Amino acid sequence: MSPLNTQRVQALNDTDAWQTVCAQQDLVSNSGVVVWLDGAQVALFYLPGAEGKTLYAIDNHDPQSGANVIGRGLVGSIKGDLVVASPIYKQHFRLEDGTCLEYPQQRLRVWPVRLNGDAVEVSVY
Amino acid sequence: MNSNVAALNKLQTLVVIGNGMVGHHCVEQLIEKGALEHYRIHVFSEEPMRAYDRVHLSEYFTGRDAESLALGDAALYQRSGVTLHLGVPVVDIDRAGRQVVTADGNTAYDKLILATGSYPFVPPVEGAEGDSRLVYRTLEDLDAIRAAASNARRGVVVGGGLLGLEAANALKSLGLEAHVVEFAPRLMPVQLDEMGGLALKAQIERLGVGVHLSRATQSISAGEAYRYRMNFANELFLETDLIVFSAGIRAQDALARQCALEIGPRGGAVIDNHCLTSDPSIYAIGECASWNGSLFGLVAPGYQMARNVAAQLCNEVAEPFMGADMSTKLKLLGVDVGSIGDAQGSTPGSRSYQFIDETTASYRRLVVDASGKHVIGAVLVGDNSYYDTLLQYAQNAIALPAEPAALILPSSEGAPTLGPGALPQSATLCSCHNVTKGAVCSAIDSGCTDLGVLKTQTKAGTGCGGCASLLKQVFEHELTARGVSVDKSLCEHFAYTRQELYALVRVEGVISFEELLAKHGRGHTGCDICKPAVGNILASCWNQPIMDASLVPLQDTNDTFMANMQKNGTYSVVPRIPGGEITADKLIAIGVVAKKYDLYTKITGGQRIDLFGAQLHELPDIWAELIAAGFETGHAYGKSTRTVKSCVGSTWCRYGVQDSVQMALTLEDRYKGLRSPHKLKFAVSGCTRECAEAQSKDVGVIATEKGWNLYIAGNGGMRPRHAELFATDLDDDTLIRYIDRFLMFYIRTADKLQRTSVWRESLDGGLDYLKDVIIHDSLGLGAELEAQMQWVVDRYECEWANALQDPEKLKRFRTFVNDKRPDPDIHFVQERGQRRPIMAAELNLIPVTEETV
Repeated sequence: MSPLNTQRVQALNDTDAWQTVCAQQDLVSNSGVVVWLDGAQVALFYLPGAEGKTLYAIDNHDPQSGANVIGRGLVGSIKGDLVVASPIYKQHFRLEDGTCLEYPQQRLRVWPVRLNGDAVEVSVY
Repeated sequence: MNSNVAALNKLQTLVVIGNGMVGHHCVEQLIEKGALEHYRIHVFSEEPMRAYDRVHLSEYFTGRDAESLALGDAALYQRSGVTLHLGVPVVDIDRAGRQVVTADGNTAYDKLILATGSYPFVPPVEGAEGDSRLVYRTLEDLDAIRAAASNARRGVVVGGGLLGLEAANALKSLGLEAHVVEFAPRLMPVQLDEMGGLALKAQIERLGVGVHLSRATQSISAGEAYRYRMNFANELFLETDLIVFSAGIRAQDALARQCALEIGPRGGAVIDNHCLTSDPSIYAIGECASWNGSLFGLVAPGYQMARNVAAQLCNEVAEPFMGADMSTKLKLLGVDVGSIGDAQGSTPGSRSYQFIDETTASYRRLVVDASGKHVIGAVLVGDNSYYDTLLQYAQNAIALPAEPAALILPSSEGAPTLGPGALPQSATLCSCHNVTKGAVCSAIDSGCTDLGVLKTQTKAGTGCGGCASLLKQVFEHELTARGVSVDKSLCEHFAYTRQELYALVRVEGVISFEELLAKHGRGHTGCDICKPAVGNILASCWNQPIMDASLVPLQDTNDTFMANMQKNGTYSVVPRIPGGEITADKLIAIGVVAKKYDLYTKITGGQRIDLFGAQLHELPDIWAELIAAGFETGHAYGKSTRTVKSCVGSTWCRYGVQDSVQMALTLEDRYKGLRSPHKLKFAVSGCTRECAEAQSKDVGVIATEKGWNLYIAGNGGMRPRHAELFATDLDDDTLIRYIDRFLMFYIRTADKLQRTSVWRESLDGGLDYLKDVIIHDSLGLGAELEAQMQWVVDRYECEWANALQDPEKLKRFRTFVNDKRPDPDIHFVQERGQRRPIMAAELNLIPVTEETV
């Protein structure tokens, strides 16, 4: 049975609608996986050892190459910012807000994401 | 009003007379610059075939046919607007009527380019005719020489200049006993000085070519032992079966004379700095042109003139022709000969340094100006590796080093090269964006101390990237010169170089990135520079499976998914084919997999097969099938051993002296899976013919009668480097011991992403030092390096076989972790019977939504 069929939509407050996209054990520590979210491709990065936020959701589409590969990029920190490097041309995107360090005109969509028990939930707004 | 029609009516006619190398180059340049928008071009050639490479004419006798000597693409002359008239000599130019006259009729011109070249000068010698009056200029001439040689034993060339020696080489390759007769007291009197001529004579005589100097041929009569007898002064003579005259060239200016263009003192149509003759509608280029009283018999100045005229005719700004540097380097009869500037030292006040090695008949001369500060000329015989550096000194007026003689003295380091400090300000570093060293220096002077910032500011290194290493060297050198300390830290997380981190990992037995970061780094995360570098060091040291949980996050995507990511996000897969040897069953197995998954298939340069277009979720299935068929991973994705290329060796080849395939299998089996600072390529050739191209590899092995010769640190690719002979006639065990030590020493001391070639060049003490360490064990490291290699060898396992046994590791091979669909944005199109990624421009051809009416 596809996980999509089990997704729950909850209205937490007036603006956010949390949607379960996968289970915690689908995540890979210090690395990324990709989920299908109603036609969007969302890369999830899980950094269990990080101070502060440990989970990020960012667009899987690399605007420079046009390929859907961000979820397969390498995570790192540059001058205090957590970033992912595109595996094709190696430009860096901030996990926090999706801005590109090298080319400010490239900006990736980010989603609020959280762990709710065993479930990974993304907010569709 | 239709503007297209108007433009067509305005087309002018451009006639080019001559389709030699220079005439052809001019047409090529014209078309490239868009001349067909303004001109209809007619090219007339006396010769029956289109332009061919005269510089390599002697190869016509060693297997190259006329077609392979032809220049450029025949299609050039087939496009509309260009007409090539082969075998149609122009017999007259009617300047008043602006038309050229041929046997086929007249062709009117608006502009005319003379590129008629030159013809060989044959001095008037009594009795010279037929096979005793051959010349060496065109393919037809060569056919005549070949016909004359068929019943001949001995051949003589009259003329010991550049072309004469080329002709002697041609006679030699036809199997004749070759002799050179020169009027002057030395060979190549224009380019060489007396000592240089002597050295060249000695070298050529060693090759079995007779050299006779200061001989003027007075007459030719019937011979006794051979067909002809050449009679010289003082009753001296030489008998021969054929004679080729190569006593210089003369400008082919017959048409120019006929139509009364101004002719230079040594012949040739007089041209100005724009290559215009005395008629403003007529240009002359190449050997038929006389500029400032000089003729230019080399191809480079001819090309310069061709480009100049093409630019003018296309209304571009053309650099005026201001004469040409006649410096040359060539290989004559296999002997290196180089001549730069004032080779004879005839400039008043000039002084020379000379080096003579009579044992090898090598000679080098450095001519400096009266001040002793600048190079104005040089002569090289026997070794041209000094040429490029000397030419830089001469052309850029670089100040000489304290010991100028060092520039021509032999050194164990090889010929001296200019370091980043010695390059002139005008030297181009990045040719894509035309960034000079001066531009880099002024960026530094206005405050730039960061290489990344420098690249953004100047664009240097942002084109093809080929200059990255030179740019970094110059940048660091200039910073150091300005007293700025250069930060060699790996990145912001580690204040160590790769070599230092390697030592820390090995000495302290560090086995994880987190441990190294905690002990010696900063922060908690690392970045995309230090993570793969440390992952690579850990693998080189301990050879754990790279899919282990702690290692996965360190790898670039290629290592993580054990496949090579391509531009559309799909992967290519390369199974190992050791030594390039493969059974029919295994070939079929690859074919079956490629067909099943619709993979684009291509043979690689390393004798393997690359399968393209697999999506992430398909990789485990593909590998399960490949492993079931007996394949292992080929590590094409890793900084690691790639392939050991081999020729078929003594088992099949009639020339092979050792079993190169077996040795390739032994080496590939030993070093497969070895992780290193950069990729490693090997090759084994079964004899000195070197069909496996081992001398372009990191490790090259060539069979000898007695064993194996080992070559190291070669490189193909962006910056080719010939491998160096490291040790000779080794037995199997010694060969492997040396390779073990060499590779481990490289892994231990090289910088991140540094190939063996660059590493070897950066070693203080050079090749001799490396021999000391590896062969003579001067550091006492030999046993340790071998033990480290054995550790890695013993722990080898196929990473794909390992991953397939572990469901936890396979979890990552999902395009979407919550959905089974493939990536819907990946599209292919069919091309030449296979699929390829769709290009951005083709994407809009796919209907994304249904059209509504």
